[in-house]
Amino acid sequence: MADPLLRTIGLRKSYGTHEVLRGIDLSVLPGERIAILGASGSGKSTLLRCLNFMEIPTSGTVELGGRLLGSEGRGGGARVYAERELTQVRQRVGMVFQQFNLFPHMTAIDNVMEGLRTVKGVKAPAARERAMAELARVGLTDRAEQYPARLSGGQKQRVAIARALAMDPELLLFDEPTSALDPELVGEVLGVIRSLAEEGRTMLLVTHELGFAYHVATRVIFIADGEIHESGTPDEVLKNPQRERTQAFLARHREFSL
Amino acid sequence: MNYQWNFASVFENADALLYGAVGTLRIFAICLVLGLSLGLVVGLARYARNRLLNWPATAFVEFFRNTPVLVQILWFYFALPMLVPFEISPLMAAALGISLNSAAFSAEIYRGGIQSIEPGQWEASRALGMTGLQAMRRIILPQALRRMLPALTNRAIEIFKMSTLASVVAYVELLQQGKLVASLNFNPIETYSVIALAFFVFLFPLVRATYALERRLAKGD
Repeated sequence: MADPLLRTIGLRKSYGTHEVLRGIDLSVLPGERIAILGASGSGKSTLLRCLNFMEIPTSGTVELGGRLLGSEGRGGGARVYAERELTQVRQRVGMVFQQFNLFPHMTAIDNVMEGLRTVKGVKAPAARERAMAELARVGLTDRAEQYPARLSGGQKQRVAIARALAMDPELLLFDEPTSALDPELVGEVLGVIRSLAEEGRTMLLVTHELGFAYHVATRVIFIADGEIHESGTPDEVLKNPQRERTQAFLARHREFSL
Repeated sequence: MNYQWNFASVFENADALLYGAVGTLRIFAICLVLGLSLGLVVGLARYARNRLLNWPATAFVEFFRNTPVLVQILWFYFALPMLVPFEISPLMAAALGISLNSAAFSAEIYRGGIQSIEPGQWEASRALGMTGLQAMRRIILPQALRRMLPALTNRAIEIFKMSTLASVVAYVELLQQGKLVASLNFNPIETYSVIALAFFVFLFPLVRATYALERRLAKGD
């Protein structure tokens, strides 16, 4: 078996006395596509955000490419992470947000170039060429010079995906990428994500699109109360869930489906 | 109302007034640059979580916001020389008072402007691997500055007008020269009319220019 690209051991996150993640052990192999499901407030987004350190875990460890991140805190306290290490980790772990978070003062292509220029120090012509290629991949070359305010939600999210891809991430994190979209725009974004899946990219996807998870994910994880409640293939978790809370969650989602 | 206006006596002293105008522009330029750039530093410090940065910045803002500039200028002119080993010129005293006061007010503008940027902008910057400084410079400040421009324009106008306070320590600027001309020719009515108009003639185009700048920066919104 290949070495995991990413591994967490006993990952916990608390806000004050409220414990959101209660010890997550997760290994992500290269090429795996993991859909993370769970009710709102279950901790699924927090888990994702701990993996690129948008949130600093309260305890537990994260390994990326076999390397343990951070260093031991004083007196065995929480691990400490140097800014330098985190900026390097984040270059290797791309993230796509629910609210897109495009930079509104920059055109689509400048959004995609920004990481290359500022973080990787790539010269403008090379960065532009690369950004154009990423925009082509998400089908938006004709929108390159538009500001985000002139793009639809689906187009914004596709630019955001291109922005993450331009950094050549080894792992992509999608945090409910279609939850802020009008229903008719969801398809174009899921289409782009599926094409990335077909390229064999490693990705973690927090989503409410059960059908998409079923067809695209190689593994499905159901999170409840900050723990991995059930995990398995899409068939196992979505078609034949073993645990009661997974069954109840899926039943709620099916209640109003056609 | 049969006062005979006599502007000739004012324009006879155009040299003196022109000399004063140069002084006004000089102190305006100094205070604009010092006040707004120091304000940015203080504003960022106010935003910092580190108490060693945050606390002195807050104390600075509160002190200079809550004391009159006129008193500050007089204090810098008369009291500060007792504490420092060098002379304080009228320009130094006035520039210190006006700049520090402007820094305190503009610090609040910067802080408010930076805080008004959605947290998602920070997150997207950090997620690309930017450092805090890179995110501030490339993503946060350009957006915040655009929102702050009307408020900063107001600050610039205030600074320009506050420059007249420098006359209290006999710094040579427009009002100071006006007082001189008025006392020599006994024509305060005409002289102060001309001075008031001179300020308007300076400021109005400046303000129109910033409106144009605002419109230019509004692209993408």
